Amino acid sequence: MRNISIEEIISNIKDMCIEANYKLASDVDASIRDAYDKEISPLGKRVLGQLLDNLDIAENDLIPICQDTGMVIVFVAIGQEVHIEGGFLEEAINEGIRRGYQEGYLRKSIVSDPLIRNNTQDNTPGIIHYDIVPGNQLEITISPKGFGSENMSRIYMLKPSDEDQGIKKTVLETVKLAGPNACPPIVVGIGIGGSFEKCALLAKRALTRDISIRSDKPHIRKLEEELLSAINDMGIGPAGLGGRTTALGVNIETYPTHIAGLPVAVNIGCHVNRHVTRVI
Amino acid sequence: MDKYIKTPLLNINNLEAGDYVYITGVIYSARDAAHKRMYEALMSGEDLPFSIKDNIIYYMGPSPARKDQIIGSAGPTTASRMDKYTPRLLDMGLSGMIGKGTRGSEVIESMIKNKAVYFAATGGAGALLSKCIKESKVIAYDDLGTEAIHELYVENFPLIVAIDSKGKNLYELHAQIS
Repeated sequence: MRNISIEEIISNIKDMCIEANYKLASDVDASIRDAYDKEISPLGKRVLGQLLDNLDIAENDLIPICQDTGMVIVFVAIGQEVHIEGGFLEEAINEGIRRGYQEGYLRKSIVSDPLIRNNTQDNTPGIIHYDIVPGNQLEITISPKGFGSENMSRIYMLKPSDEDQGIKKTVLETVKLAGPNACPPIVVGIGIGGSFEKCALLAKRALTRDISIRSDKPHIRKLEEELLSAINDMGIGPAGLGGRTTALGVNIETYPTHIAGLPVAVNIGCHVNRHVTRVI
Repeated sequence: MDKYIKTPLLNINNLEAGDYVYITGVIYSARDAAHKRMYEALMSGEDLPFSIKDNIIYYMGPSPARKDQIIGSAGPTTASRMDKYTPRLLDMGLSGMIGKGTRGSEVIESMIKNKAVYFAATGGAGALLSKCIKESKVIAYDDLGTEAIHELYVENFPLIVAIDSKGKNLYELHAQIS
């Protein structure tokens, strides 16, 4: 058994919230730079140039990359030999978010009730997903998620006979509907399989994976590559104003499913696809 | 083509979908909650908190400013969420809107009828755009926090005409090409 104090967790979550919002994850940053070099639409290239300038200003002048500093999605993998001491884990995570958003001058975007809509003033609560895993470490991934792109996400309960062609159709339909609203160039996180809720979670998890890393399953890797190519052939382009760069990456995660089903969830991430992982 | 214009927005007939525009002058921020409140104020016969005629609304809720900053990150939010409230404001003389993404047909028809323009700012470039904001103060609905109405003085704020006053829509044009 290894003891981890809640103070250590609070402090890490706080720092991760700030880091994610001021400095873009290196995989996404590199991908925008690469897209700028390759974009053939003059307007598209101009928008990508603005995004690169924006990243420099954010880091150098301490201004968040985007004013929508997101709802904080937290994935916690808890080694089963870990003992959390000094308090309750969930409260510690929310305290870390609270401190990060206050001390980091980040926008408070959460309302306490979806219909009454009063701002909680501290960006809590986060959305927290726990996994119990072997070992004596705590792996935490945070992803502050903006809602311009979240709003354009979809889930489909396909039939097994729809196969990979049906999956492609639904993904392309979602990207087309998202259009300029999702702040392209986008990152597309896709969940395939599981149940209704598991599939959505897979899609979210897919958005936190490095976009330069392809699936280790050959048929899924092929689907990722074909989808990326098909999406970039749609011409939506940077800011939805036309061009070759509509998506920076397509990440797919899968899970076993029922003999009767083929759930597909498409979670759209904007070009400010923020994710930070730490192991404690 | 690049055009430099000032607020209040008076000559909009020469703005065409696809033009690059740099705006200098006062604009007003308002997003979801402020629109709902303005709409409810009008419904109960009250005045709006600022003069809307010939002015521009920026769909934006900034991140907090540090002590040495005028404003935090300040990029556009998705415009279509404001569609429900927009025709009423256009009827009152609102002449420009700044946001990102498409607008509904009722808004576009009202823009043609009332001679108004919709500008796109680059989404996710809030740090860059904040550099063009030279003054910022909350003038209404302070309790809404980031969603309060801010009066902003901007210099050479970089935009693209997405939908012009004749209803020409850059998003649609490019969709036809691709």
